[in-house]
Amino acid sequence: MKTFHHLAFGLLLAVSSAALAQDAAPPAQPEAQASEGLEVTVSDDSEWQDLGIAITVFATDADVPTRTNAGSTSALGRALSSVVAADLKNNGLFKPAGPGGLPQPSFDQVREPNYPIWSMRSADMLVQGYVHANPDDTLTVGCYLFDVALKQPLAKAGWKVNPQDWRRAAHKCADMVYSRLSGESPFFDSRIAYIAETGPKSHRMKRLAVMDSDGANMRYLTSGQATALTPRYSPDYSKILYLSYLNGEPSIYIYDLRSNTQKLLLRSKNPTLAPRWSPDGKWVLYSMAIAGNTDIYKMPASGGQATKLTDSPGIDIGGSFSPDGSKIVFESDRSGSQQVYVMNADGSGQHRISFFGGRSATPEWSPRGDQIAFTHIAGNLRIAVMSPNGRNMRYLTNSWQDEAPTWSPNGRIVQFFRTEKNSGVTSIWQVDLTGRNERKLPTPVGASDPAWGPVRP
Amino acid sequence: MPSSHTISRHTRSGAAALLLAGALAVSACKTTAPAELPPEPGPATTTTTTAPSQPSGPIAGSQADFVAKMMGADTIYFDTDKYDIDSMDQAALAKQAQWLMQYPNKRVTIEGHCDERGTREYNLALGERRANAAKNYLISLGVDASRLSTVSYGKERPVALGSNEQAWAQNRRAVTITID
Repeated sequence: MKTFHHLAFGLLLAVSSAALAQDAAPPAQPEAQASEGLEVTVSDDSEWQDLGIAITVFATDADVPTRTNAGSTSALGRALSSVVAADLKNNGLFKPAGPGGLPQPSFDQVREPNYPIWSMRSADMLVQGYVHANPDDTLTVGCYLFDVALKQPLAKAGWKVNPQDWRRAAHKCADMVYSRLSGESPFFDSRIAYIAETGPKSHRMKRLAVMDSDGANMRYLTSGQATALTPRYSPDYSKILYLSYLNGEPSIYIYDLRSNTQKLLLRSKNPTLAPRWSPDGKWVLYSMAIAGNTDIYKMPASGGQATKLTDSPGIDIGGSFSPDGSKIVFESDRSGSQQVYVMNADGSGQHRISFFGGRSATPEWSPRGDQIAFTHIAGNLRIAVMSPNGRNMRYLTNSWQDEAPTWSPNGRIVQFFRTEKNSGVTSIWQVDLTGRNERKLPTPVGASDPAWGPVRP
Repeated sequence: MPSSHTISRHTRSGAAALLLAGALAVSACKTTAPAELPPEPGPATTTTTTAPSQPSGPIAGSQADFVAKMMGADTIYFDTDKYDIDSMDQAALAKQAQWLMQYPNKRVTIEGHCDERGTREYNLALGERRANAAKNYLISLGVDASRLSTVSYGKERPVALGSNEQAWAQNRRAVTITID
């Protein structure tokens, strides 16, 4: 995305030079100063504390038409702030207010808020921003976070985006606020590949689809003529690995998002299943059934010789790399039922880690490396997490049928899909690591097999 | 799981009873073989020339003929998470093998299926294992391996649509479909 630049702020607004040179990366801040004002502590699994955040309509210096689907710059300013508010609210992290019902700052007030007004409204934090239309149709969006009690700015950043990418600027703003207040890595500016499901249970159409992390910008990639399943975004978002019945039997395809073309991962008479990328995108894991016996293989993403990693008479399937690429967590029924195993990336040192009763399936290693999410089957199917050594198992959901977890880029949230009893209608949900903040993603039709990509480059 | 085992047997004998009660073999298509291919659009002109008093059965050696002759034995059922061929399955597969010996040029696809109470990818692998169990048994009865192919649909193509033990028992299956 060549046109997605971070901007120094001085260009548009004259800001005091001391706190300049800020960009979208985790902001280097005057830590000591800020921590005095923030009584929020966010540690691994503790419940997020509610924080009152006011988000105002992003101002504009001139209300002019834009080439976005949101309208003129003033309409776009409202839309931007709404996306920021929805990001922060829907994840249960904060209690944002606005932009509706709040006073709208003028363009000049964006960087100089009237603090007493916000103190009276019991806001702890204030998010403001602006949008400016450039002559070349691009947009410049600025985002500011203020501590109302301290009466001082905490973070700020700006981005230049193409009109069709305006929502990315809002997600970047939400990421800045989230990162600054929680100390966690950002995740809103990311995309999700999934399977869109339509039609009755007896004739369900399953299509490959993609969307933003908040469900916007949804797009179908396949027509539905052939059943599509289990997609995985490449780490650079250029490709998607998925399973299709295009040739009548299940085979893995690589879909190229730049050319909108696809090809078979490899030619084989045997069905190939469960495709996965390595974290660096250089390797692909796949599972292949030969005469009914499924094993896991590893091959270079660019093609070439495959290595067989497992060799048990049972079903060995799936696989998820540790973030450093050194280990793989996978599923095997070699003990008689589905359980979770860990091996080195070359296939050596295979050992079982799940000992919880019931069955344990679809393990996914957190991008932070500290947890493994999986599906626990004991009657119902539920999403759970455990440490990579198999200890500290904890349920995150409690429903009739939840399966196939995928991690947010920062390893704080797990997405999965839920199936309704009888109707078989599927939907994508997400839950944070406390298990308390669970919500359904807005998808236009049924949805399954979510695969969350990293923060966008 | 013994309870589901019993249920699956009930289901099967129930389907068989329905079949026997129905005078027309064609009606069996609906109850026993949901995964069956749609009937071939045969030459429409010939139907007018045949005697109307004698309803002609399916063409000998066709998929419709196979379904009619099998009377439910084109499908075998499995217990939860299992893929072993039990005595009822053996009887059904023996019947299939008999037909396949009679029509040595026919090729078949064996579809493996699972119930909905498992994870998607594992069920794809399990369906493949079930289809292969059926295939291997047919081979042991003398059917040439080159005539038999397999495909797994995992839990993606249920025939019974409810979410209960009875529906799941019907969905844990391997269906033999001849290629016309």
